[in-house]
Amino acid sequence: MRRLLLGIVVALILISLGAVVQSAAPEPIVIGCNLEMTGQVAAYGQAAWEGINIVSQIVKPEVLGRPVKLIPLDNKSDKIDTANASSRLIERDNVVAIIGPMISGSMLAAGEVCEKKEVPIIGPTTTNPLTTQGKKYVFRACFIDPFQATIAATYCYRDLNAKTAAILSDISNDYCVALGNFFQQEFERLGGKVVSLTYCKAGDQDYSAQLTDVKTKNPDIIYIPNYYTEAALAVVQARDLGLTQPVFGADGIATEEFLAIGGKAVEGVMHTTFWHEKAAESELSKKYVELYRAKYGADDEVNVFGALAADCYLIVLDAIERAGSTDPKKIAEAIEATKNLQVVTGSVTIENGDAIKPVVFREVKNGKWDYKTMVHP
Amino acid sequence: MSLETFIQQLANGISLGSLYALIAIGYTMVYGILRLINFAHSDIFMVGAYFAFFLIAVFRLPWLLSAVLAVALTACVGMTIDRIAYRPVRNAPRISALITAVGVSFFLENLGLVTVGARPKPFHRPELMARVVRIGPAAISGVSIWVPILSIGLVVILLYVIYRTKLGMAMRSVATDIDTTRLMGVNVDTVISYTFAIGSALAAAGGIMWACKYPQINPLMGIYPGWKAFTAAVIGGIGNVTGAMIGGFLIGLIEIMAVAIFPALSGYRDGMIFGLLLVFLLVRPTGILGETLKEKV
Repeated sequence: MRRLLLGIVVALILISLGAVVQSAAPEPIVIGCNLEMTGQVAAYGQAAWEGINIVSQIVKPEVLGRPVKLIPLDNKSDKIDTANASSRLIERDNVVAIIGPMISGSMLAAGEVCEKKEVPIIGPTTTNPLTTQGKKYVFRACFIDPFQATIAATYCYRDLNAKTAAILSDISNDYCVALGNFFQQEFERLGGKVVSLTYCKAGDQDYSAQLTDVKTKNPDIIYIPNYYTEAALAVVQARDLGLTQPVFGADGIATEEFLAIGGKAVEGVMHTTFWHEKAAESELSKKYVELYRAKYGADDEVNVFGALAADCYLIVLDAIERAGSTDPKKIAEAIEATKNLQVVTGSVTIENGDAIKPVVFREVKNGKWDYKTMVHP
Repeated sequence: MSLETFIQQLANGISLGSLYALIAIGYTMVYGILRLINFAHSDIFMVGAYFAFFLIAVFRLPWLLSAVLAVALTACVGMTIDRIAYRPVRNAPRISALITAVGVSFFLENLGLVTVGARPKPFHRPELMARVVRIGPAAISGVSIWVPILSIGLVVILLYVIYRTKLGMAMRSVATDIDTTRLMGVNVDTVISYTFAIGSALAAAGGIMWACKYPQINPLMGIYPGWKAFTAAVIGGIGNVTGAMIGGFLIGLIEIMAVAIFPALSGYRDGMIFGLLLVFLLVRPTGILGETLKEKV
């Protein structure tokens, strides 16, 4: 009995000592990372986490004299899981801001939660215009889809001289459906015609029926604004069916998986995206590219999704600094006031929750993304 | 729809349907014998594709050898799952076995996520499968021709095993009445074990061909094909091998033709397939070839 008592006393002393030691170091500021580590678009979330880790080697995770602690949470590329992950980060981990998710459909779900709880959330690549509309706490670090699709449609109509188009979009993702619609509007406004409009669903692997419809209508160009796995499989099957038309995609296909799964079939596929390492001009961008290469090999292309997530990290840190407080409300106001901040992909200004960013054109050449040109808004 | 388009879509449908048929047979065989819906079947399909992937990409074995080895390995996995997960609950209420099957399914999926990662991997397909063949006006990829031929070949072998060999006789006997079969001196556990081996081998063959046709693999790749094949097995009459084949081709053709006829509704085709399943469950729950089960006394 005596021993037990002694043990308890010693344990209590140790615990209180621990508490003293802990309170001596400043308490960390917690930022949540609500990312797609598994599921349909696992490549985005994993690339984002890589990007955040690389940029935190350049810009120390410290702000207001306190260390920054990042808490990653997998949202399984699922809308409901993303909303739940946001609630969990806010309620259990007391985060002051959230980075992610990467895709628009999930952001529409998570944004509602953050708006209600008044905690800022910033999506690195959530391009759908609806995600930030009418919201005070939802932001993005990228351009919006009407801009991306309008430029793609104009390019197809003017530069590629396409008069007819086919669109195959993923009906289960807000992003894909909206891009398809914006492309169609602009393409038909210019005088072109969308002759085949078909849909698929996330996780679909067979597109032979839709592509046979495309083949019958014989358009000048095929627009596939889907995520990388679905898009790569669709292009492979299009070539299997003997379709030779140029294929145009959107930012969603900028992953190595698209190139690996597509192989020879995706050669010549063009797309609109956020950034390319060739456009890296600032010291920060160059340093980022260098560290990325050191970690993932010289041959690896610097992933765009990682770069955009790194931007979000910098935007949030800068906002906390300017707000001079860890109050989520003040951080949200500071993010909205971001002006000409130097980030990995250049400089960023935020207006009404949206970042003003240029569109980059790329084409697959010899199994790699080849930088073509950049269009400013 | 022009004749040309129709032929192309027919080829698409048969090619897809033959894969569903192959997977559906695995569901139906196990159900026929154990009255167990083996939910892990769709994940065994994934395991088969991964075995082939690693044998080709990591061990650099020739394609055909890798495929055969992967099928054999997957058959072993199927037998192991039966031994570890299903045999202990053989005499438990049927619902326990069903829950176990769901558990095994989740286990395999998450094991895949942890070990090989969630990002899809490209699957190398042999030249023979990648070549595009022109038959009249239709362009058909090698895969779409070989998949039905191989599937039908495998089914013929399977039917031979079931109806012409001693093992097949034992399997049919177990399906009719386990206890009486045991009394006749048949080692029931061995027969069930072989059933799992055959079912898993077919799933692996299906998985490898699936990966050739749609050249990417990921740990969750089996879920949708699995559901569709399960639907095919139910529509064909679960427990009946020929029924599963008919169901598989039917589902494949409906899926393709629905999109061909209503391209604007193509996003809802899964809804149509599962709607069809509901209709069948309401109107003819025993499926096309199924017989009404007599209560065993």
